[in-house]
Amino acid sequence: MPHERGSGLLLAGCLLAFPLALAADESSVVLAEGEGKVQVQAFCSMCHSVDYIVMNSPFQDAAAWERSVRKMVTVMGAPISDADAAIMVRYLSKHYGPEVASATQ
Amino acid sequence: MFRRRFILDTTALAAGILLPPARLFAAADRELPAGTVAASSLHALAGKQPLIKRSFRPPNYETPVDYFRHPYTPNDAFYVRWHTGVPDVALAEWRLRVTSSPNGTARDYTHAGLLKKFRLHEVAAVNQCSGNRRGLFKPHVPGVQWGHGAMGNARWRGVRLKDVLADAGLGANALEVVANGADAPMLAGPDFVKSLPMAKALDRDTLIAFEMNGEPLSNWHGFPARLVVPGWTATYWIKALTDLRVLDQPFDGFWMKTGYRVPKATFGPSGFESQDTGQTSAITAIRVNSLIVAPAPGATVPIDFLTELLGIAWDGGSGIRSVEVSLDDGASWRAATLDRDIGRYAWRHWRFPLRPQQAGAFTLMARARARDGSTQSDTLIANPAGYHHNVVQRVEYHAA
Repeated sequence: MPHERGSGLLLAGCLLAFPLALAADESSVVLAEGEGKVQVQAFCSMCHSVDYIVMNSPFQDAAAWERSVRKMVTVMGAPISDADAAIMVRYLSKHYGPEVASATQ
Repeated sequence: MFRRRFILDTTALAAGILLPPARLFAAADRELPAGTVAASSLHALAGKQPLIKRSFRPPNYETPVDYFRHPYTPNDAFYVRWHTGVPDVALAEWRLRVTSSPNGTARDYTHAGLLKKFRLHEVAAVNQCSGNRRGLFKPHVPGVQWGHGAMGNARWRGVRLKDVLADAGLGANALEVVANGADAPMLAGPDFVKSLPMAKALDRDTLIAFEMNGEPLSNWHGFPARLVVPGWTATYWIKALTDLRVLDQPFDGFWMKTGYRVPKATFGPSGFESQDTGQTSAITAIRVNSLIVAPAPGATVPIDFLTELLGIAWDGGSGIRSVEVSLDDGASWRAATLDRDIGRYAWRHWRFPLRPQQAGAFTLMARARARDGSTQSDTLIANPAGYHHNVVQRVEYHAA
């Protein structure tokens, strides 16, 4: 149906006029207070909203958080020093690890 | 045409407004990680209905299951999944570059040029994220913690990939077609690039699509063009497509050789053997599955009164042969009634009459069987990335 094609193109033009609200509400995500929060907030949010951390909890232990942080450095190119990575892993396993879940149950 | 669009949108809007938030979440929540439930919210992206937000950036938004009552998932309720930021492509500047062999010349196509030169084709197909239901894995595995809604069914319209490849001229030793989109990696991470084996690339139903459900793709869904690879998980359906390149050897990008892999021994032949290693394969075809849509799990069902159970069933393209329902923990199964077949790559609605005779909780199971003989798994098939969750669903209702 050629007339469908025509209307489709018109609509396509309109869609481009819509502003895309990227990252509109990610500031609403609040991480737990504690040593290492500054590093986690700064480095992780270079590439993604930090709800990724809360979403992936509380099932990751220290070894699993270590693998996650390591992947971000070696695969995704996050510019995190070994010292900062260690601080981040400690923070993540303390506040978003399985111990938190059992302590609050 | 405009009238039809209007009706579709109104239905979607009504569904969104009428649903209390609790019901949008309830089904998967008991199985999802606690952090996932805490971090999720209903949130509307520009031009979209409120969807279940799993992550703001990149945007990963899940469709509430109740929308699956529609044969085709409304575009504004269709799930959104990106690895990166969402490109904003200007149609006038967009080109699709096709390089037909490793040393071949590149050919650029404009949007108008593609529409003028090639016949349009439409296919109804389920688009399902490889990680749909990852959040239901026990033990949990890291990644986007999807419930049941990282999928949808749509009518995709565009030109055949095989026609465009033929026009550009295929090299004699073509092995894979590499597809890239306008999205760019964060920092120094790997660009999201995928490849297809020639058999799938040359399939008559594999499209370079411009429209879904009769409307142009929105940016969320890959404007102005995306690959449509019916039967295969959505990782191959490259959005905002800009480049196609034919290779005579296996493509070795991160998202092929490291990401989106499954244990070979567990899931059998992939149909993409050039990407096999000794232990793993690229994830490919969607495995047979079903989902109960209504009444929502946990709902109260009236005693001695007919309530219709509604569900969907789908697979990787052989089509659905049957859906069975059990009310006695799997001891006996009764056939559900299948709705009209709307295409072998589409899902199929099914219905089953419920008429509880006594008050109290009862459990119901549903199991689909595909025309290729495959059926859903009774227990979870563990794999590191949390793919292919097609465990027979168990839902509880209350009769009162």
